[in-house]
Amino acid sequence: MAGPILEVANLNVEFTTPDGKVHAVRDASFHIEESECLGVVGESGSGKSQLFLATTGLLSANGKATGSVKYRGSEILNISQPKLNRLRGSKITMIFQDPLTSLTPHMTVGAQIIESLRAHSGLPYGEAEKRAMEVLELVRIPEASRRMRQFPHELSGGMRQRVMIAMATACGPDLLIADEPTTALDVTVQAQILEIMRDLKNELKTAIVLVSHDMGVIAGIADRVQVMRDGDIVEAGGIDDIFYRPRHDYTKMLLDAMPRLDNPDRRGHATPAPTAKPDVLLNVDDLKVYFPVRSRGLFAKPKSLRAVDGVSFTLHQGETLGIVGESGCGKSTLARTVLTLLPKTDGTVVWMTRDLSQISESDQRLLRKELQIVFQDPLASLDPRMTIGESISEPLRMLEPDLTRDQIKARVREIMQQVGLEAGWINRYPHEFSGGQNQRVGIARAMVVKPKLVICDEAVSALDVSIQSQIIDLIVKLQADSGMSMIFISHDLSVVRQISHRVMVLYLGRVVEFADRETIYKDARHPYTKALISAVPIPDPKAERAKQRVRLSGDLPSPLDTRAQLSFLKSKLIDDFDAEQYRPKLIEVAPGHLVAEHDPV
Amino acid sequence: MSLTADRTAELVGRALDVKGRSLWEDARRRLFRNRAAVVSIVTLGAIALAAVFGPFLLAYPYDYIDYSVVSCAPDWWPDPSVLCNAGGTHWFGTDSVGRDLLVRTLYGARVSLAVGLIATLVSLVIGVTYGATAGYLGGRIDELLMRFVDVLYSIPYIFLVIILMVIFNRNFFLLFVAIGAVEWLTMARIVRGQTLSIKQKEFIEAARASGVNGFGIIARHIIPNVFGPVIVYVTLTVPASILAESFLSFLGLGIQEPLTSWGVLISEGANQMETAPWMLIFPALFMAITLFCFNFIGDGLRDALDPKDR
Repeated sequence: MAGPILEVANLNVEFTTPDGKVHAVRDASFHIEESECLGVVGESGSGKSQLFLATTGLLSANGKATGSVKYRGSEILNISQPKLNRLRGSKITMIFQDPLTSLTPHMTVGAQIIESLRAHSGLPYGEAEKRAMEVLELVRIPEASRRMRQFPHELSGGMRQRVMIAMATACGPDLLIADEPTTALDVTVQAQILEIMRDLKNELKTAIVLVSHDMGVIAGIADRVQVMRDGDIVEAGGIDDIFYRPRHDYTKMLLDAMPRLDNPDRRGHATPAPTAKPDVLLNVDDLKVYFPVRSRGLFAKPKSLRAVDGVSFTLHQGETLGIVGESGCGKSTLARTVLTLLPKTDGTVVWMTRDLSQISESDQRLLRKELQIVFQDPLASLDPRMTIGESISEPLRMLEPDLTRDQIKARVREIMQQVGLEAGWINRYPHEFSGGQNQRVGIARAMVVKPKLVICDEAVSALDVSIQSQIIDLIVKLQADSGMSMIFISHDLSVVRQISHRVMVLYLGRVVEFADRETIYKDARHPYTKALISAVPIPDPKAERAKQRVRLSGDLPSPLDTRAQLSFLKSKLIDDFDAEQYRPKLIEVAPGHLVAEHDPV
Repeated sequence: MSLTADRTAELVGRALDVKGRSLWEDARRRLFRNRAAVVSIVTLGAIALAAVFGPFLLAYPYDYIDYSVVSCAPDWWPDPSVLCNAGGTHWFGTDSVGRDLLVRTLYGARVSLAVGLIATLVSLVIGVTYGATAGYLGGRIDELLMRFVDVLYSIPYIFLVIILMVIFNRNFFLLFVAIGAVEWLTMARIVRGQTLSIKQKEFIEAARASGVNGFGIIARHIIPNVFGPVIVYVTLTVPASILAESFLSFLGLGIQEPLTSWGVLISEGANQMETAPWMLIFPALFMAITLFCFNFIGDGLRDALDPKDR
């Protein structure tokens, strides 16, 4: 069949809100050919999602789309719902960011796939069931027949997203629109999902639209790319043109702002100051944090979830320690335990010369003057009813009660200027600021008491890449000025590698590898570290194509399962869910390079 | 801190301080754009003003009995078959002992509104403190406090009120206590639920990391943030209290003669419904309008405070 599958011309999307009209998409024109992959990149608010919601007639009630959208030559914009429904779900399908909310919680996975299949193709039940099994196997869901009978909440995020893809491909669509399909997933799982999508494209010849904020994700799969900003398509072109010969400043800026795992020291990017004085500030030894978990059944033994299971490290003055790991690896728990916000189960945390578990509660409060934290979600970590001035001054009022009101105000203004906020904004509220500005407020609040150690818990993960790089620059600059130490926690290895002196990789509460920033990338020894490095998408199409992929199969196992921690040392495994397992030792393979015991790959 | 940095910050700051737009101001703006809510506020204000000042301006005291105009219709009453017309300034007619119905309706408004507001205030104070404490402390204490609430819930409150009335005699003050004692239970549950969800928020953790103690967290971070849903619930508790009072009065357990409330008036009116319908219509109309107003304001507040939940 000749001609493009989808042709969009002069599409405009407008929303009527109580605060006036919002023009979400302006004059968008593009087309999608048979079996190609179009990558759509843009930061939050660029209108990239609304563009595709409008083409499929899924805009919310206050939105209005004008222009033209042609599916194989016939107009589908603003046609009646029944007509659209014949197309949607069979010929044009969509998958969204959050697979949990996209699946109906009370129906089994199999029933949902079968329902959609029967609605569109009218297959008899038996055949639909067979087809459902086929598509589940296509997206590499192990034990498909068992999974069919499970409910969405019984599946992990990665599994759910696979089910969504299976559902979307069940009717053999021409076009699959994937809106940030991997954003909510861990990198290793993201890599698996992307691989499935690549295979779909190659084997089934389905055209794919991949909407993402991540240039790296796009680089690995797209044939053509269009870049969106504030509702406009600012640049469109072949993948190599966009990545290697970008013309628009915004595209250049986006590419430049991406932290690169393979090249963290690019010009114009902040790197950690070459410091590390020998004085040890923090010494964590064999720290364990267990949470009791009530198990089902009247006589079942109470279990404990080992969030942090024997982690040791030291931190020197002026040093940045990066902690990387996927969700559930205990990195946030570790941070909060060091700050004594959570109680530890065992082990010691020594700050300067004091053992933190020995000091009284009132002294612990004073300790907060020296240890501070910056949180992930800038808006959620600020009290919405307080002005930012009140939020920033709160630690001062609590921790330095001798200051007068004027002194506090002056300190707040001073720190606001240091983090790049106008001091005149002192009386404004968090909801009046963007995410990046709010994160500056969060940093100001942590820095205002002049702490010796700041823990950044995913401090840049919720931000757009361009803002992310600004905040990283700011953090590095503040560190250089004040000489503080830092623990930088993130799921994103490339960010961590960019700003840390040493990097620690956590897997299910244990350290699997610990080395300086160069070694961890160039001489990674542990299979998990290797898989993690391989999974991080690099915004460089050629590098992505050439990449040797080290894949972990399946999802991150449950931290309750004691077998899970031995995933890489199967030779010592006792195959019992509850058994006390062997603890892999950390071996120093080179000075300062620790690797956990693992089976040879 | 250096002196110059201090000075410049001072100068720059003083000159340019931007006034922030708080969430409360946002909510107020949205509320005033809601037509039903604004009309309700105005109507309710008018009723409240009339209840407070009206009786001073009228010709008859609320307990003045005039046997010459027993159960008389107002002069403008359209149905000519009524026994008598009250004449003069009895705009709402008279009741079964010849008292002016307008002044009694306004007096009833005083009592009903007062009961509504005071009972709500009682429930607010007890409920918020109780709920916030239970929610913030959590664990065993929460369990204990909330099970106590469950126990109180399970007591049939009409029984409770009747027993109280029998023991302490009928008493204006007791009415507040009885209604407030019932209404605070729901308030406590709502506040506890809100507190539990706010406690999970990152800014509470941030406050702890800033060295704020437990009391400071409840007072400065939790209570201001549960206020939104609480205010909405308050506007719904007031009409509930008014209804509860009129229900008790209707049963003869509430306000005592010659003092009156809408519940009492409606109860009397209901007895005379066939011969003197105005005795039911006017107080019932006032009460219905008031309840409507509170409910519309509550709706408007909910939309204004939490536009995402609409």
